[in-house]
Amino acid sequence: MKAVSTIEGRAIPLGLKNIDTDVIIPAHWLKTVSREGLGEGAFETIRATPGNPFDVEDFAQAPILIAGDNFGCGSSREHAAWAMLDMGLAAVIAPSFSDIFAGNAFKNGILAVELPQEHVDRLLEVAKEQPITIDLENQVVTTPFQDRFAFEIDPFRKRCLLEGLDEIGLTLGSESAITQHEQTRGGALPWLDKPQRREAA
Amino acid sequence: MGNTPRTLYEKIWDQHVVEQRDDGTCLLYIDRHLVHEVTSPQAFDALRLAGRQVRRPDLTLAVPDHNLPTTPRVAADGSRLPIEDAQSAAQLAALERNAPGFGIDYIDAVAPEQGIVHVVGPEQGFSLPGATIVCGDSHTAAHGGIGALAFGIGTSEVEHVLATQTLQLRRSKSMEVRVDGALGPGVTPKDLILHIIGVIGTAGGTGHVIEYRGEVFRKMSVEGRLTVCNMSIEGGARAGLIAPDDIVFDYLRGRPYAPRGDDWDRAVAWWRSLVTDDGAVFDKSVVIDAADIEPTVSWGTSPEDVVPVGGTVPEPASFADPSKQEAARKSLDYMGLEPGMRIEDIAVENVFIGSCTNSRIEDLRAAAQVLEGRTKALNVRWAIVVPGSGLVKRAAEAEGLDRIFTDAGFEWREPGCSACLAMNPDKVPPGERCASTSNRNFVGRQGPGARTHLVSPAMAAAAAVTGRLADVRKLPLAKRTVADH
Ligand code: SF4
Repeated sequence: MKAVSTIEGRAIPLGLKNIDTDVIIPAHWLKTVSREGLGEGAFETIRATPGNPFDVEDFAQAPILIAGDNFGCGSSREHAAWAMLDMGLAAVIAPSFSDIFAGNAFKNGILAVELPQEHVDRLLEVAKEQPITIDLENQVVTTPFQDRFAFEIDPFRKRCLLEGLDEIGLTLGSESAITQHEQTRGGALPWLDKPQRREAA
Repeated sequence: MGNTPRTLYEKIWDQHVVEQRDDGTCLLYIDRHLVHEVTSPQAFDALRLAGRQVRRPDLTLAVPDHNLPTTPRVAADGSRLPIEDAQSAAQLAALERNAPGFGIDYIDAVAPEQGIVHVVGPEQGFSLPGATIVCGDSHTAAHGGIGALAFGIGTSEVEHVLATQTLQLRRSKSMEVRVDGALGPGVTPKDLILHIIGVIGTAGGTGHVIEYRGEVFRKMSVEGRLTVCNMSIEGGARAGLIAPDDIVFDYLRGRPYAPRGDDWDRAVAWWRSLVTDDGAVFDKSVVIDAADIEPTVSWGTSPEDVVPVGGTVPEPASFADPSKQEAARKSLDYMGLEPGMRIEDIAVENVFIGSCTNSRIEDLRAAAQVLEGRTKALNVRWAIVVPGSGLVKRAAEAEGLDRIFTDAGFEWREPGCSACLAMNPDKVPPGERCASTSNRNFVGRQGPGARTHLVSPAMAAAAAVTGRLADVRKLPLAKRTVADH
């Protein structure tokens, strides 16, 4: 994973609630076997409606998206995160995220910043004209108007993002603990450890 | 831990923690990993690139479902028919290569056991009570119906599980949904879960694992429990659970991957301990009276947009939250509905019976019971039944259900996800309406511009014969009840 520290730039003021991952990337885009090229299909239905914020020239290549409650609900498709990355997004700000999307975003180095609705409302206002800055190290979102909104982030995720750590590499460091767990379990709950397929009785 | 009362979720969680770091993140061991064609190719590629192996291929099972056409798969001479869509074919070929290439059991597209992952897992006894089960699919929550801690993961996590058989996770909060009393006639587990989501909202369970408790669930069949837990994700919860009991043990006994002999007895003894202790505390609790629930349908584009079938399309202004009012207006516009319209006046051109929510034998029996001796209404252009697995399909054929469906004007298809997400050719045309037993009524879910109404299998059948959303309780049932098998 690429290291992330500060993200600065224009933010697309989408604002809608319950943006599900079918909206972020519709199913007909999921037939790919690669992670690239999905930006073209990102937010397809929204982008098809005239006057949508993605069409505004100021927001071309904007690194930040601002959305409403429960962003990324629905399907677990990581294609949603890949599509957002591919269209140049590096962060999303919303009052809440679905658990699965938050995980997928993190794994792809997309910052999912949770802020209370009134702060999101203020940022939606500012974003129309001005850039926004997200400082991960200090866990704060700022605007050119002296707004300072502190946000919480899981310390493990923060460290991984700042240092660009490979999570699988980290886990493999616990190899002996995993093996030990398997051995203990093999004794206590052997059927869990060694499933064997036999013809149905 | 010792004597502190714990919830069922906490018991399963604690049993699977390999390591806990100071910051609270845990390394959680994964007992069963289900793999399908859509969310796995990038994970296998990354493994190959990093020169990594699958740590426990024996705990992994792969089956294609999302992309497969549901039209016949073998020609008269027994050869496999090609898949027309080149991208789908490539994705399926990747799984067909990757699974055996990494030593993973693979159920291929023409095997009798093939089906939707979440139907196949329990049916094969691969999914077991007390196990941690993951799959690159959010409806993995379904397996909670047999008492497993099961949840959907993204592709990076699929790769992580393949490489390490673990996940880095934090413990979720716990939520209890208690439903006492009995469901009324014509009210099914699908109506129950739609009603629950209507009560808690699509974000109501975010950050939580739901345990469904109370009399209604204790009496429910395994199929019904799988339906309920399946849609936990529609209420925002990553997982939903029901404590395993004799109904579950009877269902699992003798299934291909289920333990046998001594192992079976030891397993059952352990499974019996998987209950929430008296005095255990939930972070959140919701209590619902079963008597309040009616056959339920969705009117909008979010699974929380539900109303009893006897009701009307709501007025957006009736919602307290201004953003919900706005969302309701958008939904109604997309759905082509006017506030105040009677639900029973909404005509449908399509009926879909299938998906991992409602494609098991009990679901097909419930629909067939309504359809027996009837035919679909003239305005219903397309009606299709897609069994959840090849085994469900054969069981239904053995009972003669396929004839009831085809006599009623339904198409009888091969197993797969089909019109649930319209990745294969089964799509609802733009602007047309579908009574669907699936789980998501999102914009474009069943095809661009398609309008979905979520219903139970019996209600889908009722919609087919009346040509509109209809109250199944008003249709007298045929005498020979196919449900009596
Ligand atoms: S049937 Fe639908 S919800 Fe279930 S796994 Fe397939 S696509 Fe997902």
